[in-house]
Parts: sequence; structure tokens; C-alpha cells
Amino acid sequence: MGEFDFSVWQPSLPFIRDGLLFTLRLTLVAMTGGIVIGTLLALARLSPIAPLARIAGAYVDLMRSIPLVLVILWFFLVIPFITGSPVGAETSAIITFTAFEAAFYCEIMRSGIQSVPRGQVNAAFALGLGRAQAMIHVILPQAVRNMLPVLLTQTIVLFQDTSLVYAIGAKDMLKAADVVGKNYNRPVEMIVLSALIYFAICFSLSLAVRQLQKRVAIIR
Amino acid sequence: MIEIRNVSKWYGQTQVLNGCNTHVAKGEVVVVCGPSGSGKSTLIKCVNGLEPFAQGTITVDGVSVGDPKTDLPRLRARVGMVFQHFELFPHMSVEQNLALAQVKVLGRSVEEAAARGVALLDRVGLREHAAKFPGQLSGGQQQRVAIARALAMDPICLLFDEPTSALDPEMIGEVLDVMVELARTGMTMMCVTHEMGFARKVARRVVFMDHGEIVEDAPVAQFFDAPASERAKSFLARILRH
Amino acid sequence: MNYHWNWGIFLEQVKAGDETYLAWLFTGLGWTLAVSLTAWLIALTIGIAVGALRTAPSRLLVLLANAWVELFRNIPLLVQMFLWFFVVPEFLPREWSLWVKQEMPAKEFVTAALCLGFFTSSRVAEQVRAGVGSLPRGQRDASLALGLTLGQAYRHVILPQALRIVIPPLTSEFMNVFKNSSVAFAIGVRGMALIEARTRVPGLIARSG
Repeated sequence: MGEFDFSVWQPSLPFIRDGLLFTLRLTLVAMTGGIVIGTLLALARLSPIAPLARIAGAYVDLMRSIPLVLVILWFFLVIPFITGSPVGAETSAIITFTAFEAAFYCEIMRSGIQSVPRGQVNAAFALGLGRAQAMIHVILPQAVRNMLPVLLTQTIVLFQDTSLVYAIGAKDMLKAADVVGKNYNRPVEMIVLSALIYFAICFSLSLAVRQLQKRVAIIR
Repeated sequence: MIEIRNVSKWYGQTQVLNGCNTHVAKGEVVVVCGPSGSGKSTLIKCVNGLEPFAQGTITVDGVSVGDPKTDLPRLRARVGMVFQHFELFPHMSVEQNLALAQVKVLGRSVEEAAARGVALLDRVGLREHAAKFPGQLSGGQQQRVAIARALAMDPICLLFDEPTSALDPEMIGEVLDVMVELARTGMTMMCVTHEMGFARKVARRVVFMDHGEIVEDAPVAQFFDAPASERAKSFLARILRH
Repeated sequence: MNYHWNWGIFLEQVKAGDETYLAWLFTGLGWTLAVSLTAWLIALTIGIAVGALRTAPSRLLVLLANAWVELFRNIPLLVQMFLWFFVVPEFLPREWSLWVKQEMPAKEFVTAALCLGFFTSSRVAEQVRAGVGSLPRGQRDASLALGLTLGQAYRHVILPQALRIVIPPLTSEFMNVFKNSSVAFAIGVRGMALIEARTRVPGLIARSG
């Protein structure tokens, strides 16, 4: 057994906190943006306009078949060419994750929309609601409600995946742990600490989602 | 009020409606019946354009349903429809179900819509359930709410698509009572139903369909006492046996 | 966009070697395949066993199997890679630890395959549990009524049916193993991802290798 010295955890806390704040910010922004763009993509995929459906479908399939690490690296290299000036690793990460997660939220929203029975659509139309009104007032609310546990589970996956911004050196929690570990020459202890924090957060969130799932199941 | 002329429809190779002709005059109640798969539900959904049809014309109050220039949402707002599975919106309370289309389609104020909703709930005997969600109501209660929801739009006519066939037997009566009361007030109604007692009581004519065709279209007494076709006779024998 | 494309780079020689970049990429592809397939075998074996245990009639076994799944599902894969590479050797007896750190052949490969295999096993277990759960309970009862032991019932009746149900979700997990193998770059496995990144931006990932 190696020698461990967990006293390094104490001085590392402020750095870990800052890193965790970025990780959370990245998760929340990518979740919000991803759900909004993902819903629009889902509407495009289901739209009767064939070219629109095909473009959205191609985007989603592309994102879903490339490893996230590669997307993170490519975006980091490509975004400066589009904006004309270098952006920081943090901004790049936020853009990348929003764009990437949108594809996954799109598929969730698409199956959510398709899970709403045809009769509900008919009833909305029979009352004189237009396509957009039926979508906004009748279909989407039910789609979100049916898919809420899945949306949240995807968000937990997203929270874990944000650790991959390590690849471009963005200062998330894992990076903070890594830096402290190097400075104090205690990398093993810091890896253990970050694993514990990730586990604590993800495990309690997934317990919460499971509770929610039970409640949703009862309402139905 | 409703004119159906030579309407035909295909699902791929199979023909589901074959040259259907019938009409519902203002203030009239017409019952459509026939064995399952005879096309009666499809026909009634063609009337408000929920199902497109390939040939023929349907006009409602002079407006052609199949015409691509027709503003379908506007027409549907004037034609009420009640479904087999109620199709109340499960994420909204009863009063919200009643208010949604009044506000979003007719442009009524929220207060006006609420008042109209309460009045109609009163009429179907469910006033105290206004704040509940559809999942908390029995099937019969849900279907009465669905009727109130259709009435809230002040429709010129009502379409019923098997309104009692998803209900437990003890709840059929409460829904039929509401429908009979509506008929007595002179509402124009086209009802797909197997409730022959209801047909005898309030219908002017019965339309009998089989294999996508309208086989008989006769006044009620004539249909029950002397059906012209063998198919109608055997159908009646089967459903009146119980 | 005024990026200067240089497709010829694939035919140039790697600076510190005698391979071309293209050959380097193919070596990487080979490693990706090797890591993914090994990991998949590990994941299937452990995943089916743990998934079946989660439906067992013993509360202790269910608890242990659930703990396994939660452990590997709730820590990011990259952090798990670090754990396997840097932390696990510290928990081994001293001689083993030294051997792992200094002499173990293909260290990156073994670590990445183990890590990815255990990580994926929790996902496989989840699918298998759902598959077993979706079978009618009568199947188990009927097997037991015929005099099969519970183990035999699982082996011959329940698992064969459950596995047939979970084949579609498992294929998508199989794809995920390939995608996730790119995370192994972090500890220096010569995966596609790393090498591709290197051909574009030499020295970007200073930590690896």
C-alpha cells in the first residue's frame, strides 16, 4: 500500500469550489441551451418540410456518432476561425457542449413528442387550434412531462461529461484537482477527492430523479 | 348543415370509404352505425378535416372541407367534436381544458372563458370538479367534461365519435342523458354510436355503413322496423339480441 | 474561414519516428479496436452477471449488485481512467504495485480496457436487469415448478429470453464503447483521438504519453 496524505484536501477546497462552480455553470448553460435548441431540432426533424427534416437529422446523427472528446478538440480549433479571434477554453467549452447536447436532447424531445397520443392532436385540432398552438399548448407540455426523468438523467450524464473539457485545459473541477495535486505533489489524493465529489453529486441527483419518476408514474 | 357527397378514401391500396352520400340538416340528429371497420369513424373525422379524403366533397355550413383554401382551424372552431377516448388534456385542470381554445382560438378574455366554462360544467353536472385534473375523474365524468369543452366554443353542430364505447356500462347512462338533453335543445348532431336506444329516442335518421359504404340511410322507425338490406338486418339482429 | 488545409500531412513523416502520419493513424485505429473489443468482453461478462444478480431473491446480493452499478455510473469515465491508472496501483501490495508501475507490459492498454470494461459493465447490467424485469413472472415460477434450481432457471430460461430483449440497447452500448475509448487518450493509449489531435496541434496534450 502506498502512503496517503489526505491533509492536502483542506487547502485545495477553494480551488475545488471555483472549479465546481464552472462545472455547474457549464452544465446549466448547456442544459438550457441544449433543451431549447434540441426542441427546435426535434420540431425540424418531425416537420413535413423534407429538406429541413433531413438537415436536422444529419446534424443529430453526426453529433451522436462522434466521440465528445473529438468534438471538444475540433470546436476548440475551429471556433477561432469562425469568430476571427481566439476564444478562451471556457467559452469554447460552453459553445461545444450546447451544440453537442442539443443533438441528444433533440432525440429525447422527439420521442417525447411522438409519445403524445394521436387523439390528443386530433382533439386540439378539433377545437380549432392551429399546428403551432397545438404544439405549444397541448403536445410540448405533455412531451416534457413524459420525458422529464429522461431529460434529467441526460443532464447527469452531461454533468459527468463536462470533465472532458480537461482536454482543452478549461478550469473545471477536475482541472482544479489536477493543478492542486501537482502543486502539492499529491495527485492520487486529489483524484480520489474529485471522484468522491462527482459521485456524491451524481448519486444524489439520480436518487432524486428516481423519486420523481415514481411520482410521474402515479400521475399518469 | 353538413353535406357529404361521393366521398371516397384509400389507405394505400385499401379503400376505406366508397362513394358516401348523406347529409345532416340544421337541428337534426343523425346516428351513424355499422360493424367495426366499416369506416364510420373515418367518415365523421372527414367532416372536420381530421382525416383527408381523396374524392368527393364535404361542406359544413356552406364551407368546403376538402378545399385547400379553407381555413380548417377556423372551421373546426365552429364544429364541436367528442372522441371515444375523451382526449381531455391530461396536463391541464378541467377548467383549463374548457378555457384553452376559447382564449387561444376565439380570443375570449380569461374571465369570460372561465365564466362560460363554469356555466357549462353546471349544465353537465360537474361544477364542483372544476379544479380537478382529468386523471382524477371517472370515465363518464371525463366524457361529460369533453362535451362541455366542445360546447364552450358555441358550435354550430357537434360530431360524436363513439362517445360511450370506452365507458364502463354503469357510466354510459350519464353521458347519454347529456346527449339527449342537447338534442332536445335543437343542437345539430352527427353521432357514431351503437346506442340504439339513444337513436330511437332522439335521432331523425340512421345511417348504416359496412365496408366503407353507406348501405342504408333511412328514417329511424323505418330502419328499425323494416331495414331494407340483409346486412343491416343481420347487424341489428346481432346488436339488439342483448 | 481562411484555414490552410494540408491533406498531404497524412503522408509526411512523424517528427520523432520513421512512420508516416497515416500509418500512425492506422496504428491508433488498431489500438482503439483492441481496447474496445477487450472492454466489451469484460463488460458483457460482468454486466450480465451483475444484471442477473440485481433480480436475485437475496437482498444482500441485490444491494451489492446495485452498489456496483451506482459506483461505475456516477463517476465520470475520465476520472475513472485516472483512478485506474494512478490510484488503484497504490492500493496493491508493495511488490505488485511496483511491478504494475514499472514492468507491466502494455500498461496503458490493460488499464484502459479494464476501466472501460468495468464502466460499461454497469450499463450492460442496467439493461439486463430491465430485460429480466420485463419477462412475465410466470416464466420463473414455471421453471421452478419443473424442479429446476434458481441458477438453472436463470441459465436456461430467464437469461436467454432477457438477452434477446436487450440486444437492441446493447448494440448501441457497443457503439458507445468505441466512442468512449477515445477518452482513453487521457492516459496515453495510442487511440485514434489522441493521434488525430496530435496531427493537428502538436503538443496540445502535453500530459499524455
